Amino acid sequence: MAAVQDTVEQVRSIDVDQYKYGFETNIESEKAPKGLSEEVIRFISTKKEEPEWMLQWRLDAYARWLTMQEPEWARVSYPQIDFQDLYYYSQPKKFKAPKSLDEVDPEILKTYEKLGIPLREQVILAGVEIPEGERPKIAVDAVFDSVSVATTFKEELKAAGVIFMPISEALREHPDLVKQYLGSVVPATDNYYATLNQAVFSDGSFVYIPPGVRCPMELSTYFRINEKNTGQFERTLIIADKGSYVSYLEGCTAPMRDENQLHAAVVELVALDDAEIKYSTVQNWYPGDAEGKGGIYNFVTKRGDCRGRNSKISWTQVETGSAITWKYPSCVLRGEGSSGEFYSIAISNGRQQVDSGTKMIHLGKNTTSRIISKGISAGKSNNTYRGLVSAHRKAAGARNFTNCDSLLIGDLCGAHTVPYIEAKNPTAQFEHEATTSKISEDMLFYCMQRGLSQEDAVALVVNGFVRDVLQQLPMEFAVEAQKLISISLEGSVG
Amino acid sequence: MAPLLEIKDLHAEIAGGRKIINGMNLTINPGEVHAIMGPNGAGKSTLSYVLSGKPGYEITGGEVIFRGVNLLDLSPDERAAHGLFLCFQYPLEIPGVSNMAFLHTAVNSQRKKRGEVELTSPELVRKVRELGKTLGIDADMLKRPVNVGFSGGEKKRNETLQMMLLEPYFCVLDEADSGLDIDALKVVSNGVNALRSPERSMLVITHYQRLLDYIVPDVVHVFNAGRIVHTGGKELALELEATGYAQYQSEAA
Repeated sequence: MAAVQDTVEQVRSIDVDQYKYGFETNIESEKAPKGLSEEVIRFISTKKEEPEWMLQWRLDAYARWLTMQEPEWARVSYPQIDFQDLYYYSQPKKFKAPKSLDEVDPEILKTYEKLGIPLREQVILAGVEIPEGERPKIAVDAVFDSVSVATTFKEELKAAGVIFMPISEALREHPDLVKQYLGSVVPATDNYYATLNQAVFSDGSFVYIPPGVRCPMELSTYFRINEKNTGQFERTLIIADKGSYVSYLEGCTAPMRDENQLHAAVVELVALDDAEIKYSTVQNWYPGDAEGKGGIYNFVTKRGDCRGRNSKISWTQVETGSAITWKYPSCVLRGEGSSGEFYSIAISNGRQQVDSGTKMIHLGKNTTSRIISKGISAGKSNNTYRGLVSAHRKAAGARNFTNCDSLLIGDLCGAHTVPYIEAKNPTAQFEHEATTSKISEDMLFYCMQRGLSQEDAVALVVNGFVRDVLQQLPMEFAVEAQKLISISLEGSVG
Repeated sequence: MAPLLEIKDLHAEIAGGRKIINGMNLTINPGEVHAIMGPNGAGKSTLSYVLSGKPGYEITGGEVIFRGVNLLDLSPDERAAHGLFLCFQYPLEIPGVSNMAFLHTAVNSQRKKRGEVELTSPELVRKVRELGKTLGIDADMLKRPVNVGFSGGEKKRNETLQMMLLEPYFCVLDEADSGLDIDALKVVSNGVNALRSPERSMLVITHYQRLLDYIVPDVVHVFNAGRIVHTGGKELALELEATGYAQYQSEAA
C-alpha cells in the first residue's frame, strides 16, 4: 500500500530534534573531582555538612554497590556506562543556600523562567490562563544539577505545619524525621541504581505532612540537569502522617547534548494510617536526536509504602522524554485496607527505549490496587510495560485490576507487555486486560475528511487513547501534559 | 451558471495497479441531487474516496474542478474546508473522544482554514443541540465517544448531524441507507432533505432504489466498470429496480 509506504517514509524522516527545553545556562559551577570513590562521597557529604551517620550510610551503600551487577533484564540496550567518567556533584559557583528567592542567582531564575516554572510566587504554570486571584498556588522546590536552589511558599506551608524543604536542609533541621524514614522504603540492598543513589545523592525534596493536615497547596519539585557529564542523583522523601493528604508534582528537563547523561533518582513515599499521597510526574528529559545520539538515561526507583491502615498512594506519570526510561513506581500495600494506584502514559518516538511499569505488592488484608497503563510507540522506538502484581499469603481479599493498552504509530516501532502475576492467597482476585492497536489510516482519514489536519488528527486520536489517565492529573498539569503529548508526536505520521 | 462540480475524464487506480475509475465524466450544477447506481464492485465507493482524497488511490488522469479549484491538488482536510463532505458507509469509531469535542474540533478546524471566526463552546453547543433534536440525538449521545458502541442507525444519524453542522457545498452519501431500518432511514432522509438548497449539491451513491424514494434525485446515473454508462431522470431508478443492471454491464463490456 502506497499509503503505508508514505507513513514509513514520514517516520523515517521524523524530526525529533524539536526539544524546546534544550538550551544551556552559562553558569560557572563547582564540581567534585571526576569519577566515583570514597573520597568523592566524603567530598559530597562535607559539602552538605552532613552528620557522621549520614556519611556512614553513604559509605555502606558504596561498599555494597561495588559488589553489585548492573541489571540486564529490561528490554533496553545501551553501551556500557563508564561510572568513572562522570561528575557526581555539581553546584552553581558561589552557591550558598539562599534564604529567600532574592538571593538566588538571576541566571538560574532566568532558566526556570524560560522553562515556564513558577518559581516566583504568583507566577502561573505556562499556558494556563487563570484570572488574577484565582491562580492555583503551587509551592516549588527547584533542583539545579545537584543542589536545590529555591523553595517557594515556605512561610505559608510552615503555618500549616507542613515541612517542605531540600533534603540537605531537612537533615540539619529535622534529623530525627529523616533518620527514621530515609531508606525505609528503598533500602541500600534494593537495586544497582538505588544503591548508587544512596552513595552519591546530592539533593532532593523532603516533605512531611503532620497528622490530620490536608496540605493547602500542590507541592512540586522541578529538576533540571544543566552541567555536562554530570549525573543527577536526587532523593525525594515524602511522609504523610496519620489522616493527612498531599498532592505532589514532579517535572524534569535537560539541555540537548550529544553525550548521554545519567539520572538515577530515588523517591520514597510513606503513608501512615488513613493518609493519602498523590504523586504526579511529567517527565520530559531530553530524548536524544532522531538517530539516537545523546539523551538522558533515566534509571529511577520510585516506591511508596502504604504503611498504615486504609492508607492510599497514587502514582500518575506522563513519560515523554529520556533516551532510556527504566522505572517502576510501585506500592507496598502493607496496611490493612490500603490501596495503590498507578496511572501511566508512556510515549516513545525516534529511537527512545522505554521499559516501565509498576509493582503492586499486596501484604495486608483487603488491600486493593489499580493499574491503568497507556503506551504509545512511534518512530523506531520500543515501549515495554513491565508490571508485577503479587499477593502475600496473608493478603486475604486482595484485589487488583490491571489494564494495559498499547498504541502503535507506523510500523517500525515496538510495543511489549510483560505482566507478572503471583497470588499466594487463594482469596486474592486479580484481573488483567490488555490491548494492542495500531493507529489506523482509516481513522485518520475520517478525522481529516471532517477538516482536521493530519497532525491534529493524530493528536486527537492519541488524546482519546490516554484520556483515562489524563483525568487523574491535577488540572494545571493535565493541560501541560496534553500539549506535551502533541509535541512529542509531531511528525510521527505524514 | 457555473457547475458546482465537474469531473473530466477521470482515471484512477488502487495502489498496486488495478484500474477502478476509467474515464469518468460528470457535471453537477448547484442545487442538483445526482444519484449514482450500479452493481457491487462497479467502483462506486472508490469514486467517493477519490473525490475526498483517501490515501491508497492513484489518480492517473483527468481533473475534478470543484468551486473553481482542482480538488485533486488539495489534501483531504483542505477539500473538507472547501466544502466537500463524505457521509461514510461505515463511520469510524474514535475511543475516548467525546462526540461534542469532535464536532467542535471539526467545525473550528474548517473555519480556521477558511479564515473565518471560530465558534465558541456555547455557540457550538447550542447549535449542535438544536440540530440533534431534529435527528433524535440526545445529550447522552453527544457525550459518548465518537461512534463507539453506536448502533448502525445511531452512526448514520451522527453522520447526518456532522453534515448539517458543517454545512458543506457538496455532500457525497456513500450507501447512506446501509444498516438502517425504515424509521431510521426516514430520520436520516429528512435530515438530508432539509439540507437541500439552491447552492448545495449532492451525490447519492446506492445500489438500491429504496433510498431514492426518500431522497428524490434530479438525475440518475448508471455506473459500471469505472464510468457512467447511462443517464436518465428519477424514473430510471425504478426501471433499474425492475430490470437490474445486466443490460448495462454488457454495454460496458
